[in-house]
Amino acid sequence: MKSRIFAAAIALSLAGPVLAQDKILNVSYDVARELFEAINPEFAAKWKADTGRDVTIDQSHGGSSKQARSILEGLGADVVTFNQVTDIDVLADGGLVDPNWRDAFGNNASPYYSLPAFLVRKDNPKGIEDWDDLVAEGVQVVFPNPKTSGNARYTYLAAYAYALDANAGDQAKAQEFVKALFANVPVFDQGGRASTVTFAEKGIGDVLITFEAETGGIAKEYADQGFVRVTPSLSLYSEFPVAIVAENAKKAGSEEVSKAYLDFLYAPEGQKILAAHFYRVHDEAAKAEFAANFPEVKLVNVDDVFGGWDQIRTEHFAEGAILDQVFVNQ
Amino acid sequence: MSVVAAPGAMAPRESRLVPRLLIGAAVALSMIFVVVPMAFIFSRAFAAGWQAFSQNILSPDTLHAIYLTMLVAVIVVPLNIAFGIAAAWVVARFSFPGRKTLLTLIEIPFSISPIIAGICYLLLYGRQGLLGPYLLANDVQILFALPGIVLVTMFVTSPFVMREVLPLMQAQGSEQEQAALTLGASGWQVFRRVTLPNIRWALLYGAILCGARAIGEFGGVSVVSGNIRGQTNTLPLQIDLLFHDLNVAGSFAAATTLTLLALVVLIGKTIMESRRA
Repeated sequence: MKSRIFAAAIALSLAGPVLAQDKILNVSYDVARELFEAINPEFAAKWKADTGRDVTIDQSHGGSSKQARSILEGLGADVVTFNQVTDIDVLADGGLVDPNWRDAFGNNASPYYSLPAFLVRKDNPKGIEDWDDLVAEGVQVVFPNPKTSGNARYTYLAAYAYALDANAGDQAKAQEFVKALFANVPVFDQGGRASTVTFAEKGIGDVLITFEAETGGIAKEYADQGFVRVTPSLSLYSEFPVAIVAENAKKAGSEEVSKAYLDFLYAPEGQKILAAHFYRVHDEAAKAEFAANFPEVKLVNVDDVFGGWDQIRTEHFAEGAILDQVFVNQ
Repeated sequence: MSVVAAPGAMAPRESRLVPRLLIGAAVALSMIFVVVPMAFIFSRAFAAGWQAFSQNILSPDTLHAIYLTMLVAVIVVPLNIAFGIAAAWVVARFSFPGRKTLLTLIEIPFSISPIIAGICYLLLYGRQGLLGPYLLANDVQILFALPGIVLVTMFVTSPFVMREVLPLMQAQGSEQEQAALTLGASGWQVFRRVTLPNIRWALLYGAILCGARAIGEFGGVSVVSGNIRGQTNTLPLQIDLLFHDLNVAGSFAAATTLTLLALVVLIGKTIMESRRA
């Protein structure tokens, strides 16, 4: 007990002055908390082994659009790890990130990916197996508000892509489908984690739609509740892009450690941690080791189905566009 | 005659029944809305035992949040005391054009939502804001650091001291101060030996309200904090963060700390009130 108080006192005194050592701030999306808590110490150990220097990695999590906004207003992020390409584009437009950021790292600067997937209650009482089952009468679906949450925008697009696929590309039928899906949502939270809390802590809804990585994490966290992960037949390839916030990193002199940090996400050690947290990765060894975490699924991507993010912005998410027309019960 | 007597006869019975009903309703409501949720916070926090509770409280991030919250209060309260006295003194003792307007201006933080304060500061001090380029060029970090949190908290809590002190100053008038001046006291002596003793209880009361509000502020601070773990999270933000981390026990443990701080303040306030009466 005494030693703990002593440790606490040290923690407090350290909190004041900044020690001369490497330090980066990783500004990230909402549900990545547990992930980077696992990755950061591993990276710090590797950095110490490689360079002999200590590194402190600070974390900030929130809805990724809100985070981008804060960085634009001066939050001193050295690196961003987001779940929306558009949110890094905003930073590039603001001159903080290199316009060619997608070429700076492999796989279009997405070290890992995921997809909207389902989590249902114990023994799947409503028999939910695919997107079709979500629009049935009496099924309550929980996911966040697509107006504020990147996570929910992926859900919306995945449902839309599924309906297009099932109806031979009929736009009107796809819109009818997502409208019926929205009608089954009792509450739209602000962000991905708030929806998780709604589903798991408050017990609302029959099915939660969020990133597969989050469904895996919650099923593990709430093992006693017996939630079941369900992977739909078709879903959307969801990129998790990363970038160095060049202007901040240059000013702080943290370019080297920032790059090493993001490179670590691509390295075998990093990919293994990612896969263990239910993120899909590209590294073959990590893929093989955690194959059981990742059921087969047909993935489509935004470029093929929707013609890219710019087109999605104007056709779907702009004021009065398709989302506003089908999102009637907001 | 009997018509007149009847209401009189009814009155004692009614006066016993109605107050009892009202008291019962008040007690029941405060149980439902205040006591039960607060008891719940404590029971959830201690659900896993003392050991887990102290572990949660002593986690470095939570400790830092407690430290930061206290630091903000320690900076904000004295500044607001100075501001509150000065403002109340000017408004109570002088008559000048725009006095009413000044009073209204000072009370604005009472009526507008703290999040608006946060966004205003963002637009003013942000990188893209009015003063942003200048601050950036001089390497001054206001937002997403201690100064921003202090500024927003000051904005939100600024009327408290002034609102408590002003009515008292107005009621007491300036005769005593004028008498002291005619007896040859200096301005500082008048303030220290006449003005201050007269308003001290109201001042303390206002300071306590101000402190309670500063400790609990969430909305405005959340805009300018940047939510950096272990650095810019105040206790209310930390509670929210732990809750969304699915660390319910940790969040309730932090909530207990905040509740205890508030209770200490409340006890102080009650003592103040009885002294003032």
